Amino acid sequence: MERPLTQHIAFPPLGLRQYEAVGGYQAARKAVKHMSPQEVLDIVKESNIKGRGGAGFSTGMKWSFVPMNVSGPKYLVANADEMEPGTFKDRWLLEGNPHQLIEGMIVAAYAIQATEAFVFLRWAYKTAAAEIRKAIQEAYDAGYLGQKILGTDYSLDLHLHTGVGRYMCGEETALLNSLEGKRATPRSKPPFPQVSGLFGRPTIVNNVETLSYIPHIVNKGAAWFQSLSHTADGGTKIYGVSGRVKKPGAWELPMGTTMRELIEEHAGGMLDGYRFRGALPGGASTDFLVEEHLDVKMDFAGVAAAGSRLGTGTMVVLDDRTCPVGFVHNLEHFFAQESCGFCTPCREGLPWTEKLLWAIEQGEGRAEDLALLASHATLLGPGNTFCALAPGAMEPLQSALKYFRDDFERHIKEKKCPYHTYT
Amino acid sequence: MATIYIDNKPYEVKDGRNLLEVCLQLGIDLPYFCWHPALGSVGACRQCAIKSFKDENDTKGRLVMSCMEPVKDNIRISVNDKDAVHFREQVIGWLMTNHPHDCAVCDEGGACHLQDMTVMTGHSYRNYRFTKRTYRNQYLGPFLNHEMNRCIQCYRCVRFYKDYAGGKDLNVFAAHHHVYFGREKDGKLESEFSGNLAEVCPTGVFTDKTLQSHYTRKWDMDYAPSVCQGCSLGCNIVAGERYGSLRQITNRYNGEVNGYFLCDRGRYGYEFVNSVHRIREPAIRPHLNGTSSKEHIIRHVAAKLKEGKVIGIGSPRASLESNFALRQLVGEKHFYNGMSDADHDHTALALKILRDGPVPPAALHEVEKADMILILGEDVTNTAPMLALAVRQAVRQRPMQDAMREIHLSAWQDAAVREAMQEEKGPLFILNTFPTKLDELATRVQRDAPENLIRIAFQVSHSLDAAIPEVPDLGEVEQMLVNQITDALLAAQRPLIISGYGSGYDAFMKAAANISGALQKKGKQPMLNLTVPECNSLGLEMLGGHRLDSAFDVLLHGDAETVIVLENDLYRRADKHKIEAMFRYAKEVILIDHLYNQTAEKASVLLPAGTFAESDGTIVNNEGRAQRYYQVYVPKGSVQESWRWCLEIAQAAGIHRLNGLRHLDDIVWAMSIAVPALEPVQRLAPHADFRIAGQKIPREPHRYSGRTAIDANKNVSEPKPPDDPDTPFSFTMEGFRGEPPAPLIPFFWAPGWNSVQSINKFQSEIGGHLHGGDPGKRLLEGNRNGEITYFLEAPEAYVPIPGHVHIIPVYHIFGSEELSMHTPAIAQQAPDFFCIYMNPEDLHQWGITPGMWVNFELEGHAYVMAAMPNNWLPKGIAAINAGLPQSPVVDLPQFIRMGGDAVSDNIHSSTF
Repeated sequence: MERPLTQHIAFPPLGLRQYEAVGGYQAARKAVKHMSPQEVLDIVKESNIKGRGGAGFSTGMKWSFVPMNVSGPKYLVANADEMEPGTFKDRWLLEGNPHQLIEGMIVAAYAIQATEAFVFLRWAYKTAAAEIRKAIQEAYDAGYLGQKILGTDYSLDLHLHTGVGRYMCGEETALLNSLEGKRATPRSKPPFPQVSGLFGRPTIVNNVETLSYIPHIVNKGAAWFQSLSHTADGGTKIYGVSGRVKKPGAWELPMGTTMRELIEEHAGGMLDGYRFRGALPGGASTDFLVEEHLDVKMDFAGVAAAGSRLGTGTMVVLDDRTCPVGFVHNLEHFFAQESCGFCTPCREGLPWTEKLLWAIEQGEGRAEDLALLASHATLLGPGNTFCALAPGAMEPLQSALKYFRDDFERHIKEKKCPYHTYT
Repeated sequence: MATIYIDNKPYEVKDGRNLLEVCLQLGIDLPYFCWHPALGSVGACRQCAIKSFKDENDTKGRLVMSCMEPVKDNIRISVNDKDAVHFREQVIGWLMTNHPHDCAVCDEGGACHLQDMTVMTGHSYRNYRFTKRTYRNQYLGPFLNHEMNRCIQCYRCVRFYKDYAGGKDLNVFAAHHHVYFGREKDGKLESEFSGNLAEVCPTGVFTDKTLQSHYTRKWDMDYAPSVCQGCSLGCNIVAGERYGSLRQITNRYNGEVNGYFLCDRGRYGYEFVNSVHRIREPAIRPHLNGTSSKEHIIRHVAAKLKEGKVIGIGSPRASLESNFALRQLVGEKHFYNGMSDADHDHTALALKILRDGPVPPAALHEVEKADMILILGEDVTNTAPMLALAVRQAVRQRPMQDAMREIHLSAWQDAAVREAMQEEKGPLFILNTFPTKLDELATRVQRDAPENLIRIAFQVSHSLDAAIPEVPDLGEVEQMLVNQITDALLAAQRPLIISGYGSGYDAFMKAAANISGALQKKGKQPMLNLTVPECNSLGLEMLGGHRLDSAFDVLLHGDAETVIVLENDLYRRADKHKIEAMFRYAKEVILIDHLYNQTAEKASVLLPAGTFAESDGTIVNNEGRAQRYYQVYVPKGSVQESWRWCLEIAQAAGIHRLNGLRHLDDIVWAMSIAVPALEPVQRLAPHADFRIAGQKIPREPHRYSGRTAIDANKNVSEPKPPDDPDTPFSFTMEGFRGEPPAPLIPFFWAPGWNSVQSINKFQSEIGGHLHGGDPGKRLLEGNRNGEITYFLEAPEAYVPIPGHVHIIPVYHIFGSEELSMHTPAIAQQAPDFFCIYMNPEDLHQWGITPGMWVNFELEGHAYVMAAMPNNWLPKGIAAINAGLPQSPVVDLPQFIRMGGDAVSDNIHSSTF
């Protein structure tokens, strides 16, 4: 089984020469020296790779919206602000193979003819910051970055920017505001960043995993990429499992690997004495899937059909000894705290759900609270709020209300959390 | 035009608007917070949600924010859809989770957009049972209260303060439901437009602090449409009164002039009306204690008039009607305009340029549309503040148009437009000796001695039209600037030249006239905005009158014995010696004014005049726009309009020139006949006999409370309300309740819209003109077909004169204007001690250390001032604050002798 993304991961990561020795920077060389930007775009489009950051939008399509006939700066940004609870796949790539990301950024930047590129890195990823900084310098020294790359007319500067630790910056327009030195609040679309992004200029923001894939697609082609997958969504995917499993971790597997395979084979099954109750398949902002969904293929369409989202592909498992109400409360506390405070429903609605869940968990819930929570789940839905933060926050809540309703009701009826044995 | 379907009903609407604007314009009540007609949309509050449907078969639809959706042909939306209605109600529900529900003790209560919107959405049952977040409030200076717990985080305050008005010290801090709007730390808000926050804020976070010191609910005030008297721009205001004191000034929307905003001097400078220094009863010396009756005093003045040898001195801060009445009372030959000679020369020149020149004056809303601006020797932030706000909007024009074209945006997509244009600014050139607040926006700023700046401006006009002589010996750097300005002027479609009185140099205005004239000749559409010193300077100039200097001459020569002074403190107009001499020579000085000032101290007869709040009158702003202000309330005592005093005196003296004139309309009619240029004033507003459905227009809102109790301590019967024979207004709650004509809107209110946001209901288009056109009539439109007469003489280059300094004036928004200084909040912000600013090298040369007291002589008077270094002043130039109560009253610029090359005996310096 091929693992293009992770095959060369090492700690510490490969240096530039080592990376070149295993075929690194061949794609950059090929693209910049022998391909037109359009040809690069075409191959990425043909591969139909979908964004690995959570939204699953076609990367080639996204690039194709960048106007090619404008003068002045254009930007490429790698979204490395990995803050989705339960998600640690980008960290693996950042710390384990920074040159792969840099090469992907060079190719992507060339395809859209960007003049400058940024890695927007999560503040807490200190090791990654050091490795990326080192790798960027090596790439500059080797002529892969800077003026007239590899002797061509194409020039690109790449900078590392470390954020200050806001979940909001995972949203690409908020990330751009933050990168500009403004408050990390999202922007309204249209205009899309492809047209008016960083500093009002055409900009592409891609996830680390997506960009890291680009060199492989350019080297081996779209058909190869498609062949890696079990399903119509091509390629491999880094899947992760956390929670009370025997071997939590992350693995690069063919797109479309089932939940059961992930939990039972790769994560080694549940810890002894714990039973699987459900899982957030793609990070904290996705709907719970439960036992009946274990054989769902984990690709964009498959998870969507089951009523959730592939998201980042890193699942959080809920076991039978953890209170679902407390579990969801913990999530809503996070989301309420990470709301940027720009739009009303998110800013005021999330703290309200958090307080309701806390009250229920403390045994102070009221019968009408469930209706209130349910109404928030609807009212904070997509389109009603300014960005996707609140709708994402409502996904675990609405599905918990659906699948674990008995637990909520018991809390209210018994006026205590049935999972807390010490009371 | 596009056809849109709202709840299945088709409407024809204009393209380019957003759906919220369209709905409001169609009279559909849709609640909103973050959208503001002048600030555009950002989609933050989610209050204006509606349903949008794909086509007529789509029954489900999806919620969209109407403020963020552009008009598209054939779109189908629903305002009444139950999901949309429910969502809008819930948005209020969310906002109320933290709002303190303290309406009963909140200054905003009764005029609160949040209250109105809450009622509009039907949110009445509270199902949030947890605690509210609380904030610490800040001290923000004397103009605004800060009560952050009421905040609903609509972001309007920072969007106005920072994005629109260019303020730096109000910001948004923290995140999620702890978002905080305030300053980094307690302290006075620095922007000159901070007071607008009280109107921009949809609830009671920012409220008017001066109102709080004599608080009254909106529904409990008497209102009248009025015009600001704080500078020459004539911004429209609403003035509110209760219990005989003026309580509050708010913006009165005028699409041509001030739009939605006012400056802080205009908003807060009203408290002179309530001053303890008001003259309330007529008095005659030596019995200033009111021992004489009004009739006796009028007979006394009339007797003087009959004796003859009477002259009248008018005032640029009095209405056209009062000045005209005085002119008729004493006869045109004996009427003096009452401006300082420098102000008169300046205003006369401005009038000549605007009336006879080919370029029409620019209204404030036209200034906002200029795509290139050249400011010549004027610090507009301090002399005409709202002009500075308009310039701030204008410099956005060009990059905004580019961004809108390139990215297909509409101007209302505020965040997207600002993102696309970044810090780009359109061309703005400022030539001023001192730094100004607008410098931060400028393409180029040139600071130099005024003469040298004027030479640059003249050379610009020469490079536009060779008929204007070349300025000799211009430096290379200066010539490059000339070329840059010329290119920018020629590249623009609607270039605007701003100049005015602030520098004291008329030649700046001449250069402005040349440049705009030459551009006009080249087929451009240039605009001109010239500031004049006071609220009615231009009107008075149009009315005529001799120079003040000649008034002293006739008195000194015994050709006149009695002087009637109209609303004027002569000590602010001319040298103290001259005024003192005048008082010595004049047998009788009769003063009609409202404040006890230095002139009042010397006058032999005092007649109490009404302020703008207690009179009806007309003033003409700096673009020649005649505007009417109306009496708000009947004042205590014998206070009445100055023109009414003149009419009463005329009647007693049998002056035929004022025969038969009794009311406002009469005097306006007589004035239009006597002064043809003022004829349009007659058609400014409906006359006193105007009625709607047989009714007058009430000054009081229909919820006015306690009127039967107000005087119950004197008499249990409610007194008859005062008559108003001059206007179509009544002094009661009774009258026509619908929408009056635009010049007669006493306050903005509509059913369900108690706050100032109700302006939407009075406009023919959101952010456009008021129904039936904005009030006011332009008297000057330029002489488009006339010959261009250029001013040909540029000044010599500036050369310092050894042993002298050349003094120029500096104006301050807070401090330089006479009446607003009676508001404690404004006086508090005036420059706090009197100083002379000098070039540090000059100070050094004369052995003066900064802060030392400097004694010097100016027109025969000794002055002691603290010397302050100012790096911007060229060598040999000093500056003094103009118009402060302690300021020397001399014509500036002027040279003063400083003695020899070193510190001479004439200079006595000591540290303090």
